[in-house]
Amino acid sequence: MIELCDPQALVDYRQRIRAATNPQQRRIRVCDGTGCRALGSRRVLARLQETLREAGLADEVEVIPTGCPGFCELGPLITVDPEQIAYNRVGADDVPAIVARTIAQGEIIDGLLFVDPVTGQTIVHDNDLPFYTRQMRRVLELNGQIDPTSIEDYIAHGGYAALSKALYKMTPEQVIEEVKQSGLRGRGGAGFPTGTKWRLCRQSPGEVKYVVCNADEGDPGAFMDRSILEGNPHSVVEGMIIGAYAMGATQGYVYIRNEYPLAVQNLKIGLQQACEHGLLGENILGSGFDFDIEIRVGSGAFVCGEETALMASIEGKIGEPRPRPPYPAQNGLWGKPTNINNVKTWSNVPLVLRNGSDWFASVGTEESKGTMIFSLVGKIRNTGLVEVPMGISLRELIYEVGGGIPGGKAFKAAQIGGPSGGCIPKEHLDVPVDYESLTALGAIMGSGGLVVTDEDTCMVDLARYFLKFTQEESCGKCVPCRIGTRAMLETLERICAGQGRQGDIEYLIEIGQEVKRSSLCGLGQTAPNPVLTTIRYFRDEYEAHIYAHKCPAQVCKGLITYEIVAELCTGCTVCARNCPADAITGAKNQPHTIDPEMCTRCGVCQLLCNFDAITVH
Amino acid sequence: MIYVTINGQEIQTEADRTILQVAREHGIHIPTLCYHEAMEPFAACRLCVVEVEAGRGRRLVASCAYPCTDGLVVYTDSDTVLQSRRIAVELLMASAGHIPIIRQLADELGVDEPRFTMEKNDCILCGLCVRACQEIVGVSAISVINRGIEKMVSPPFHIASNTCIGCGTCILVCPTGAITLADINGDAWAAHSWGSEFEAVDCRIRDHHHLAPQFADATALLTGEAVG
Repeated sequence: MIELCDPQALVDYRQRIRAATNPQQRRIRVCDGTGCRALGSRRVLARLQETLREAGLADEVEVIPTGCPGFCELGPLITVDPEQIAYNRVGADDVPAIVARTIAQGEIIDGLLFVDPVTGQTIVHDNDLPFYTRQMRRVLELNGQIDPTSIEDYIAHGGYAALSKALYKMTPEQVIEEVKQSGLRGRGGAGFPTGTKWRLCRQSPGEVKYVVCNADEGDPGAFMDRSILEGNPHSVVEGMIIGAYAMGATQGYVYIRNEYPLAVQNLKIGLQQACEHGLLGENILGSGFDFDIEIRVGSGAFVCGEETALMASIEGKIGEPRPRPPYPAQNGLWGKPTNINNVKTWSNVPLVLRNGSDWFASVGTEESKGTMIFSLVGKIRNTGLVEVPMGISLRELIYEVGGGIPGGKAFKAAQIGGPSGGCIPKEHLDVPVDYESLTALGAIMGSGGLVVTDEDTCMVDLARYFLKFTQEESCGKCVPCRIGTRAMLETLERICAGQGRQGDIEYLIEIGQEVKRSSLCGLGQTAPNPVLTTIRYFRDEYEAHIYAHKCPAQVCKGLITYEIVAELCTGCTVCARNCPADAITGAKNQPHTIDPEMCTRCGVCQLLCNFDAITVH
Repeated sequence: MIYVTINGQEIQTEADRTILQVAREHGIHIPTLCYHEAMEPFAACRLCVVEVEAGRGRRLVASCAYPCTDGLVVYTDSDTVLQSRRIAVELLMASAGHIPIIRQLADELGVDEPRFTMEKNDCILCGLCVRACQEIVGVSAISVINRGIEKMVSPPFHIASNTCIGCGTCILVCPTGAITLADINGDAWAAHSWGSEFEAVDCRIRDHHHLAPQFADATALLTGEAVG
């Protein structure tokens, strides 16, 4: 253990770590993020260690569990250094071959490499994967490179240099000015300029101030913040210490969901290490600046991502928002000036300080600088975590980085900004991804959730899904959000069930706009967005449901029937045996029939039929 | 001293008073449900919304909680404000259309029947009882529990709270009559629907109201009577 008591000690320490690192070292990096773990990466990791030990290679080959590099679609991911051979979809059974052939003989196993679906080309190095080459990885640069539980790895890659620079070469005002000049805006959704927010907090009178990291990521299908905390927790810690120095805060909190156990664990380790190295706690880096960070684990209420509800929760109160003003900068945690930023915002801060505001602002648009991290999910080929420059077109993001829509299906819309955001249809695919452009289309940048839909997605059903989420997650304090979202959901459920009525669309718009403008907090003020944007861009689908009693995408169960085409049915009985409602009858080798009264529209029969004999109307 | 403009009328006031306070002092009517001048603003019913002129145009804010600043321009009866209040009352009617005070507000604002209904419920979650119990009485015997549409007022774990002192403040502040003195149980009263029990004495200020013995002295002081 080493306590770093001045900037030179940090520089020396970094040099010692680097000097002890052999760039030609044989290493195997295994993604140990939650996504790859779910796909079995822990078994791969254990098998690797065991096989290397048996082969007597345990001392020569380093095995490093890393954070998520982003290509979740192809997990579990492993990379063999120094050649940077990227193997994907690795199972524990592949391990003996990897050790015997790649490790022992330097041979590349073609079957584990990525094959470009467009060119058919096999790609060896992860840097050459189109998924990565189209990205601009700044915040995510070290995800997948370093061991998130090793502060040495972070320091070796330049970690805590920004903190040292801030503490010793800059006044708090200069730090704020640098952040302001960079154009960094809040990555949690609303996009408020970070430097301005910091200045408000700094100027707020008071001896005691707090900084908070909002890691209460709750959008369905979003995992940006989780992946950063899992894969590079020190970047967030360093950002918070710099912010605390700039604003004069002495205590910080990370508010993180209990559903993120690995992120909590890696962050805990990170905080502990930072303390032990004199980078957190009293007299940081010998500068005389004191600051500490505690973790507060939330219980999974979506509304606690709203800053006033989040603060109430940290204080041990019910997670309900309160009206603003007063803003947290004036009256925050326990009535003291408080600054709350999202995980991604904090992890951008060390980069701004280390590389300068000009470097940061060199990418992006006039109003939106830097990069943005998205989790690409839904009907997209490359499901995963990506970082792209602000201002990239949605088309580029979905087709070039995301690899387009699988199965030859047509793109329909992208839901951007999670349940608070809106959908963007194909006619706006060329919209630049920046705060203002997305807002103009009725969506929001949000925190980085991006759900792609294709021709098989029903937009009414999609709106119903997101509204069901926000309606359940509404805290229930204010009338428009509590009852308004319920009224809207009931209307949507009726429409999806084939019981839509004349006037439903107008009612949804009227209540939706009212919930937006009169709700107490951001949850209610954005909850109607998915409904309002799907009406704006896909009104014909709503009308088809209501007036023609048809679900064009054939999704809404109340509006579809399954039928067996007698000419195609061979009477193999697979459907009848697997129908959970026993709605299918027919003799063996004879065409079967479905009883529409008994059928629950679960779709199992269609999924299992080997002869495409089951159609939907 | 600062100046604010409400509906075109320039008003001189002190900083940090809320729009609602200033408006009421000047006879400008703004309806409220969850507001009580003895308690902290709650901003939940959204009936008191008004429009303020902000940087990018007008926006709705809850006047009960919005502090006046110099030069603030406020509209309390614009079309947007009235429409917003109508929708708020219409939504409240979904489960509380039978409550006189809601009916009265609906008549005032010209709302006929709600287009959406839910199961009848006397409680409109204005939070006055919970806040009175916490801020005025200081015992926090009751709280809101659950989220969204499932939200309700309850003692912890639905168990009669032993911190309830039977003061009846919650009953007094409830605007809908959702909280009542439950029933007589021997010599004790169950204070309210949640079953907290206390010894009862007659209140000399209000008929049909009963108090826990520890409030008898205070009542006597108020009525000028000796303790019986």
